[in-house]
Amino acid sequence: MTRFIFNRLLQSALVLAVMSFAIYGLMGLMPGDPIDLMITSDPKITSEDAARLRALYGLDAPISERYWHWLSGALSGDFGFSRMFARPVFEVIWPALANTSILLGLSFIIALMIALPLGIIAAVRPYSGLDYGINLFVFAGISVPPFWLALLLMMLFAVVLGILPAGGTAEAAGASGFWQGLKYLVLPIASLTIASIGGHTRYMRASMIETLRNDYIRTARAKGLSERQVITGHALRNALIPVVTIIALDFGYLFSGALVTETIFAYPGMGKLIFDAIMGNDYNLAMITLLFATAFTLFGNFLADVAYTWLDPRLSFGESDQ
Amino acid sequence: MYALTRLLFALLWIFCLSVTPARAAPDKLVIGITQFPSTFHPNIDAMAAKSYIHAMVARPFTTFDKDWQLVCLLCTELPTIENGMAKTEQTPEGKSGIAVTYAIHPQATWGDGVPVSTRDVLFTWKVGRHERSGVGNIELYRSIYKIDVIDAKSFTLHFDKLTFDYNAINDFILVPAHLEEPHFSEPDKYKNRTAYDTDSLNKGLYFGPYLISEVSPGSHVVLEPNPTWYGKAPAFKRIVVRAIGNTAALEANLLSGGIDMIAGELGLSIDQAVSFEKRHKQAYNVIYKPGLTYEHIDLNLENPLLQDLRVRKALVYAIDRKAISERLFDGRQPVAHTSVNPLDWVYTKQAPQYDYAPQTAARLLDEAGWTVRKGGIRHNAQGDKLAFEIMTTAGNRTRELVEQILQSQWKAAGIEIKIKNEPARVFFGQTMTERRYTGMGMYAWMSSPENVPRTTLHSDHIPTSANNFSGQNYTSFRNPEMDALLEQIELQLDRSKRRELWQRLQVIYAEELPVIPLYFRANAFILPKWLTGVEPTGHQYSTSLWIENWGSR
Repeated sequence: MTRFIFNRLLQSALVLAVMSFAIYGLMGLMPGDPIDLMITSDPKITSEDAARLRALYGLDAPISERYWHWLSGALSGDFGFSRMFARPVFEVIWPALANTSILLGLSFIIALMIALPLGIIAAVRPYSGLDYGINLFVFAGISVPPFWLALLLMMLFAVVLGILPAGGTAEAAGASGFWQGLKYLVLPIASLTIASIGGHTRYMRASMIETLRNDYIRTARAKGLSERQVITGHALRNALIPVVTIIALDFGYLFSGALVTETIFAYPGMGKLIFDAIMGNDYNLAMITLLFATAFTLFGNFLADVAYTWLDPRLSFGESDQ
Repeated sequence: MYALTRLLFALLWIFCLSVTPARAAPDKLVIGITQFPSTFHPNIDAMAAKSYIHAMVARPFTTFDKDWQLVCLLCTELPTIENGMAKTEQTPEGKSGIAVTYAIHPQATWGDGVPVSTRDVLFTWKVGRHERSGVGNIELYRSIYKIDVIDAKSFTLHFDKLTFDYNAINDFILVPAHLEEPHFSEPDKYKNRTAYDTDSLNKGLYFGPYLISEVSPGSHVVLEPNPTWYGKAPAFKRIVVRAIGNTAALEANLLSGGIDMIAGELGLSIDQAVSFEKRHKQAYNVIYKPGLTYEHIDLNLENPLLQDLRVRKALVYAIDRKAISERLFDGRQPVAHTSVNPLDWVYTKQAPQYDYAPQTAARLLDEAGWTVRKGGIRHNAQGDKLAFEIMTTAGNRTRELVEQILQSQWKAAGIEIKIKNEPARVFFGQTMTERRYTGMGMYAWMSSPENVPRTTLHSDHIPTSANNFSGQNYTSFRNPEMDALLEQIELQLDRSKRRELWQRLQVIYAEELPVIPLYFRANAFILPKWLTGVEPTGHQYSTSLWIENWGSR
């Protein structure tokens, strides 16, 4: 176990180091820089001003030199300032991370609470009317573009019915309290939940159908166990193995945010922050937010391996490590 | 089961209704904009969102009003040569300069009770002219070579050049010396240490009708009345400026009551506003204000085909800009004939105007030798095709639509147009700035009233690798008379003589056609029926500079 954790940490550090260079290099390759954006907003900025500002922000140096400067700072604990928010990057990231964790955490839990039972029900009665009904629902969820779904929900519940806010946060509306806060989360959560139910339901259904074909299930039924006992006591744990892997891999997604949903609902989370940082040429902020997303994805992979071993006693950390 | 489901839905409905706030009361105003400011420092990082918000918490000495006239905001009287507050003089180097005296409003006071004074003027000048302070446009501060302090509320600026706009110090926005001086001890670090970003809620940073009372980065800013404000008391007890990047979401927020109005400076595009007005005319006032954002097509004059003036003229005659404006923008965006807006006092009607005339376009192309039609496209005697590439910012729906219409109209004239759009950051970051476009580049310039187009038309401002691509004369337009006019206009103080120079400039612009003028973009202000006093400016200085005149009925 210790060796497994050590190896994974080592691999993760290597991946993060490579990713940091790749992200910085890719951002550096993108045409334009923050000073170009300033020029478009102020026609009075002269070319001399632009050159001076580039030197001041260190944008006139080669990309390798800039990366080395950033890395040296990061290794000594200085992750730099966000150009877009004029404050240290972590001061910007923590609130966004907290917001995203609440939003995606809740939608993740709700989606699983709906998707797993739906997948099991569909698998128990394959090709029945119920199965087709569930499939229709989940394929609709998979097929609907997230931005369209978000706008549709917004128009229906905020504009037509007028019972929920169209986006933002309770603080922006001058409201406070748990219920007010929750109200602002309903539509983004619904949008994310509908979009993610489909995939999880399909995985659960496929895995459960596969498991129910096994000999030991036939044996359990032959012993006279009820269908409920067969499903929950014998099939579910094995059927969950591939599903849990997928769920654990989704863990990283929880912290990288839902770009489209957060942007449309003007929800100040990580997805919107990453988008704004890249579009606004905020190198320091983009670097850290993208590395955060990478780190959590790696952590999700680690969790998937652990969960896999826990659910399937035939595997050990040594085997999964090979 | 059915009864239980109904009960659950009923409870959900009651929950939703119980926590939905009533529509904003008239003493509160929620404004929707599409950007969030990157800083609250008035002189670091130019950004429309910051200008919009900062206009409510501070005032420049001078600005252009809704009639595009220069007016005093923080000063008490606009200094002019005529009233004796501005006097021409020689600089120590023997050049022509001018000394301009301003008086700060006697009651102007920072939000923490410290009077706004000449100490702030001197400190702002010191920050503004420092190369490492992070201030974007330092030309104004550098052109002031000396400041004489007369007393705590009045001072004289000595400029090292004499230009017609000597008294316009619109971008000289004060920062409080009593709070900011300690942060400027290390100028290199000032941009990251300024109290505007480390202590944004400090009342002493602002002296406008409002103070910033809450900031949620990326989401919203809350403003509350400034008790030390010396002007007319503002009507709203709380103003919230919410940043919603997606315009469809912005519209939904307006309709659902999440915001009360959409700012014209950073709101819906004109086609979205026209569509919105058709659907919701009864509930909202939509004000269209054509302004100084000049949509046009740069022609790369190093392209041999475009060096022929007859071809450039034919390109303009072949397109129906009036019909485009009427059909796409409901006529809200007037056709441009030069870069000077008809609302600007220096505008002239004497410059040639090119109405839609396909026969004239055909004749000009015939004269230029593009006579042979193959597959509907004109060729010259050598068999070369009359074809160009047009580029603009990908994803800008309005520009892409206009581009397609132009393409079809030019095709009808026998000109082949290939559309090659790029993301804005590539288009502006490389293609235009390094003049990598081969034919046409469609985009807009922002300007202020009587803005001299030196950087876009003077031959010294053609970006090349030799000058590290500095300058904005992307067409590589070279005209000695134009160069001379640009230099003379800046130095001419006599308005009538200056008008003559401007008229000649517009005539050359329209005759030489380095650029195809399209239209002046309008801003659409979407306001609730109860909101009064909003008077769009149409230029880069925000409507919110007069926030104290806004109210409700």
